[in-house]
Amino acid sequence: MKHIQTVNKPSLQATKNAGGCGECQASCQSACKTSCTVGNQVCESKK
Amino acid sequence: MNIEMKKRTHRFVQSGMYILLDINSGAVHVVDKMIYDIMEYFDGSNDSEVIAALKDSYIEQELSEAIGELHELMEINQLFAPDISVPPTFKSKGLVKSLCFMTAHDCNMRCKYCFGDTGEYGGERQLMSKEVGRAAVEFIINNSGQRKHCEIDFFGGEPLINMPLVKDVTEYVRKREKETGKIFKLTLTTNGLALNDANIKWLNDNNISLVLSTDGRKETHDNMRPDAGGNPTYDRIMANFRKCVDSRNGENYYMRGTYTADNLDFTKDVEAMADAGFDILSMEPVVLKDSPYALTEDKLPEIFAEYDRLTDFYMKRHREGKGFFFFHFNMDLSNGPCVAKRLAGCGAGHEYYAVAANGDLYPCHQFVGRDRYKLGDVFKGVENEELPQYFRESHVLNKEKCRDCWAKFFCSGGCHANADLFNNDIRIPYDVGCEIQKKRLECALAVQAALNLEQAEHKAPDFISCLE
Repeated sequence: MKHIQTVNKPSLQATKNAGGCGECQASCQSACKTSCTVGNQVCESKK
Repeated sequence: MNIEMKKRTHRFVQSGMYILLDINSGAVHVVDKMIYDIMEYFDGSNDSEVIAALKDSYIEQELSEAIGELHELMEINQLFAPDISVPPTFKSKGLVKSLCFMTAHDCNMRCKYCFGDTGEYGGERQLMSKEVGRAAVEFIINNSGQRKHCEIDFFGGEPLINMPLVKDVTEYVRKREKETGKIFKLTLTTNGLALNDANIKWLNDNNISLVLSTDGRKETHDNMRPDAGGNPTYDRIMANFRKCVDSRNGENYYMRGTYTADNLDFTKDVEAMADAGFDILSMEPVVLKDSPYALTEDKLPEIFAEYDRLTDFYMKRHREGKGFFFFHFNMDLSNGPCVAKRLAGCGAGHEYYAVAANGDLYPCHQFVGRDRYKLGDVFKGVENEELPQYFRESHVLNKEKCRDCWAKFFCSGGCHANADLFNNDIRIPYDVGCEIQKKRLECALAVQAALNLEQAEHKAPDFISCLE
């Protein structure tokens, strides 16, 4: 495309009905830990 | 235009890039100024309206061409992707995956911003006993179902002042791993004062991940983090951290700091950590109410400008070959968590619990000492059935403020404890925290976009000048 460059292969819609295995790390969002916010994580099954 | 469609995207300018996020697919598009302007009006079915609005600024034929590209994205579900509702993969009840041990309700430092009352958590100074520690291990084993991976974070106060407990629990965990097939990841968060040679060796030998707390520059750190006698601590803890990180080949640690109203120029603190030779870093906004150190709404413009500086600094160091890992900019835009995880969020109160030194269970370490959130104890288990369910259902699709927020699938609704602290309701997020989080996310998305484009530089279109 001339006007748009997509930088990722988005997976959110595809994981609506797949996933939920729960093997990923807990993700504290408070300031006293490392704020391992959900968005900063990688899916455990895709590592 | 159709407002409902507009709510499905977020556009912003960061680090010289025009970025368009499609919220429900997670697609991140770097676009030119024309597309950015088009998205002010475009809702997927109003091409002529858009052209009429912009024909004085752009050539009509080029507008049509650009809108055509947006239609192409719509066809592959990367623009205006449909709203997401609670999927069946998000189970009604969570499995316990992680525990935070309040190893010691005591500390050898007196940090001025400590949320735990310098270790006391509103109660008395106390150390966790081995009986409590072992019962907590059994609690997680018994409540983690089929889940293989479990986590324990030795937290405090300062956990190193209760090393006998840390050692006993670790030994017990390793024994129970063999018996149950579970795999435990153990983490210890320390201020570094008691990180002597013997402790370093033991932590390395037992594969304990470390979170090392310091606030960056010597003056920032010594101002906020004196020891129990009021003495500065920077020189002592940095010598210990250096020795410790070197002894584990620079791996299996995070160095984290806290910024307050006193150091809104916190990029210099991140720089100080990097220049001291540490390269796995995090810098967190302090959460305080009614304090001179608090981050208040009036400081947001200054904080946002500082995140711009931090982003520039991060990219500069990366391009110089002296890059460092900064936690909040770390993001895998293609392989992120599933929808169920994004709804579960931090898991506090349903997947994640804190164990107070006396064995009481709370939704997370921040709730320890807030009596109405006591859920049970490690011996009897969770006795309060309503609160865990309430936490489970307090996800972004059930919170009014989050439902229409573009950041909801990245932050997962933010910190419940902060919401409770500021609004007395875990479903009303802490505003200042949200604003900082959103700015940080825009920076992270820009960093990831720039890194992705650098990899594909040879095919990047002409309009992308941020890489020069």
